Amino acid sequence: MTTLPSYDEATGFDVVPRRVSRKARGVDAVFEHSARAIGASVLVITGGVGLFLGWQAYPTLSRYGLDFFTESRWLPEEDVVGIAAVLTGTVSIALVAMAFAFPLALLTALYISEYAPERIKSTLVAMVDLMAAVPSIVYGLWGYLLIMPRAGELAQWLHANLGWIPFFDIRGTDPDAAVPDASRYLYSSFAAGIAVAMMVLPMACAVMRQVFSQTPQGEKEAALALGATRWGMIRSVVLPFGRGGIIGGTMLGLGRALGETIAVVLIISPTFDVKWNLTEIGSNSVSAHIALQFGEASPAQLSALLAAGFVLFLITLLVNTLAAVVVNRSRSGAGTDA
Amino acid sequence: MTIQQTRPTATGVGLPAGTTHLPRVDDDAPPAVPRTSIGRPSADEQLVQWGPWLSAGALAWLLTQQLLPLPGLPWFVVAWFALGLLVTAVLAGMQGGSIAVKDRLAASIITGGAVTVGVALVSTVGFVFWEGWEPLLHLNFFTDDMAGVGPRDPFTRGGIAHAVLGSLIQLGIGLAITLPLGIGTAVFMTEVGGRFARLVRTIVEAMTALPSIVAGLFVYTVFILTLGQPRSGLAAGLAIAVMMLPIIARAADVVLRVVPGGLREASLALGASRWKTVWHVVLPTARPGLATAVILGSARGVGETSPVLLTSGAAMFFVVGPTDGAMNSLPLFIYSNVRSGEDTAILRAFGAASVLLVLVLLLFVIARLLARPPRASKRRRFSLTPRGGWSQRGLDLARANPGSVAGAVSPAPAPAPPPPDPAFPTSPDDQSRPPQEPR
Repeated sequence: MTTLPSYDEATGFDVVPRRVSRKARGVDAVFEHSARAIGASVLVITGGVGLFLGWQAYPTLSRYGLDFFTESRWLPEEDVVGIAAVLTGTVSIALVAMAFAFPLALLTALYISEYAPERIKSTLVAMVDLMAAVPSIVYGLWGYLLIMPRAGELAQWLHANLGWIPFFDIRGTDPDAAVPDASRYLYSSFAAGIAVAMMVLPMACAVMRQVFSQTPQGEKEAALALGATRWGMIRSVVLPFGRGGIIGGTMLGLGRALGETIAVVLIISPTFDVKWNLTEIGSNSVSAHIALQFGEASPAQLSALLAAGFVLFLITLLVNTLAAVVVNRSRSGAGTDA
Repeated sequence: MTIQQTRPTATGVGLPAGTTHLPRVDDDAPPAVPRTSIGRPSADEQLVQWGPWLSAGALAWLLTQQLLPLPGLPWFVVAWFALGLLVTAVLAGMQGGSIAVKDRLAASIITGGAVTVGVALVSTVGFVFWEGWEPLLHLNFFTDDMAGVGPRDPFTRGGIAHAVLGSLIQLGIGLAITLPLGIGTAVFMTEVGGRFARLVRTIVEAMTALPSIVAGLFVYTVFILTLGQPRSGLAAGLAIAVMMLPIIARAADVVLRVVPGGLREASLALGASRWKTVWHVVLPTARPGLATAVILGSARGVGETSPVLLTSGAAMFFVVGPTDGAMNSLPLFIYSNVRSGEDTAILRAFGAASVLLVLVLLLFVIARLLARPPRASKRRRFSLTPRGGWSQRGLDLARANPGSVAGAVSPAPAPAPPPPDPAFPTSPDDQSRPPQEPR
């Protein structure tokens, strides 16, 4: 039997209800404020990087104006500096990478979520995660020493047979010569793009697979029960449901591909002309350009490099933000009861 | 005309409509045909799956290696895949209509894509170990530094111990900065909240887009040029920290957000302070996920070359003090050796790359083991599989996808789609849209 605590009149305490307040007091306030301080410091550090880049890039951008984006040469001694060539190189390498990575990531994600036997599914998921953890220098070695010679042969074949497509055309060499000039087909955006594709593929694949695995089980079963084949079920349920994940994952991969450095540095031979001959020798990217130029840079040139880095950061930021919006807006993120 | 109230069958005479009754065995009915298994494909179906690929392999060999002037493995593989698709389609067309053809082709193409990715991964890892086995056989490779060793010297001299040590020191510096700050920020974003926390979350998410080379350039400009410090392990550690901080903070935020609110409320209702709640309830609950986030972030940090390239400088000997000038690290060692162009140096780079891969693999396995949900196998026992024999593999649709258990927590490089977020309500037309007609 419970009893009420006896209230001793003699002590004369006034029983007042505790004040209910959302405001933290005592130790809670200490906790809240120290957490806020940590958050603020991280905000200062990370935001500081962005602000610093913008601040450092400002003199360059104000000095060269729009020419900075349209000039392809990089001659700091002659006061001619522009990122048109490195920017188009970045984009073409990233596009080559996505041309390889997108279909493979989609197929792999579909295989893992829909076709793989239940026993090996978790192993495959771990393999994809492991692929994402492999250092980029390793993919660089693989692309440089194993893939590039093969890609060169493929480029020769493409040039000989599909040379009328401007992407595969190679200037200054004849594909039908008795001994083709093999070096013209190496060190290209194409070869670099393949190595970068290996880096972005697991990222894109992981996002897609995650979204596919959230497909409501009930809708899949309904499709099968209506007589759909497995592919019919995928087409009518899994792909529409995962559309956001497919787009978002691809764009996240694209963001990573744009910023990739070391594999590109290893493979390309740097040039400074705007071109769309993907399989031709010579290419460049903003990050590779920074890695190759920072050493002997004067302060003004460093500011130009920082401006290039800032532009790259803005582009990847834009791509990533769009990806996040697409993934969040799609039905995929919403909780559904299967 | 009267409405029939009773069923006209023999068993149902006199029963009101709607009553269930057992069917009677009909002695005149033909004997029941045993239902074909709906679990595993039968031997016949399996042959239909594999047969086309066998025949296509033979055809491709005949065509490319014997008839047409297309020698070499690449043509054989391409022809094999194309012919395999063709034979599969023809066989499916003979059995069923265009729907079956599409289904078989889709299955073949999807499996082919996955196999391609698997081959690429295996070839990457295998290539590195294949090329790098020679230096790995020498014990001094793991215990020596490269002081006084030229790029052409044999493998009996010199090693990469200094690079391994440098990598670990730089990773340690990076973690010493990012661990408290990253997890602290995640705690702030999830536990305290408010408008300022949303701002911090937005900025942190934006900074995950920062290319690693730009992080390196930032530290190079601020720490080395402006502050006049020499290139050192400390600078490299700072660059790694700048790169890892948003990654770890964001991953930890995702992990902490899935801690059930009921646990927090229970702790607070028992009179614990906010800090005690975080320290004794929230963080321990999220520990596996946090460990995974941190370890995968470290794997990323230890393998990243570009920030280190700009900030640390490559020493050929042991450097222990983080401020004692140039300090080598594994990625930088690999990079500079490959760029040197000497054959021996390149093989050494492959040896170092093997060591780096093993290191990353080790971190990865630890992360996996920590992320494994406790007693996952016991939980499986209570899964809602229907009674009876038809919960075979492959048709076991009721079983929850095991990947989804760890999924929201595990991938640090792949930002997991966040749990249902009231900030982004699902648009109603999306919810109500019926799935398209299966064709």
